[in-house]
Amino acid sequence: MRIPCPLCGPRDRREFAYQGAAVMLDRPAPDAGDAAWDDYLHNRANPCGETRDLWFHEAGCGAWLVVTRDTATHEVTGAELAETVASS
Amino acid sequence: MSVANLVVLSPCDGLLPGTIGAVSITETTPGRITAILPFKGQDDAVSVALKSALGVGFPAPGRSQAVGDVRTLWVGRGEALLMGADCPDLPGAACVDQSDAWATVEITGTPVEEVLARLVPVDLRAATFDPGHTARTLLGHMTASVTRTGASAFEIMVFRSMAETLVENLAHAASAVAARS
Repeated sequence: MRIPCPLCGPRDRREFAYQGAAVMLDRPAPDAGDAAWDDYLHNRANPCGETRDLWFHEAGCGAWLVVTRDTATHEVTGAELAETVASS
Repeated sequence: MSVANLVVLSPCDGLLPGTIGAVSITETTPGRITAILPFKGQDDAVSVALKSALGVGFPAPGRSQAVGDVRTLWVGRGEALLMGADCPDLPGAACVDQSDAWATVEITGTPVEEVLARLVPVDLRAATFDPGHTARTLLGHMTASVTRTGASAFEIMVFRSMAETLVENLAHAASAVAARS
């Protein structure tokens, strides 16, 4: 498995650490209410197909990435800097 | 022991130089090393300030720049090392002296790509990795900075505490390549 780091180019999976679903970037407002925060903290989709995850390029450039991959085919279709995603 | 009795030793003191088969490994002394991390939105200003002070700018990802012995080396997202010169005043960046933090070696010889291919999970062949190209990646289990310095020459930097492991890994890989030739 290789991940196309936007800074470093395609790199081996061993350089990366997995964090979890990229919904972590969509932090609710402080006053969004218990339901929104409960959902944000505890509930995750388990898709068969495309999923977006946060990966840390720990043995490379040190950037956090949002990686798009397919849980059914294991195909990695893209990666972008989490800072770009979070600010868009 | 008083401070007056302390002796300055380089990170690879007693370990290098060495020659295994057609590969030579030597420790190099890049001089003063300063990590430069531009603040948000200051990338261009820092690069311009560096360029006007020393002639080298802030390098693009995966690249290094050099003017004589003064070099800038990309080492991560928003981070570069300035080597071989004192750091100029850069109000737009955090600058940290790391001169004693790195072990720096040069590995040269015709089969150097074969040796590094046993340790580094990046394609370092000349077709994709030119002189001046640099990669932050793994060497064995260590994080390392790998830079091509010539047709058959690479510079490798690891944290100083890993100097012995670096030399052992390189020597082991070089021995294995030499045994097959």
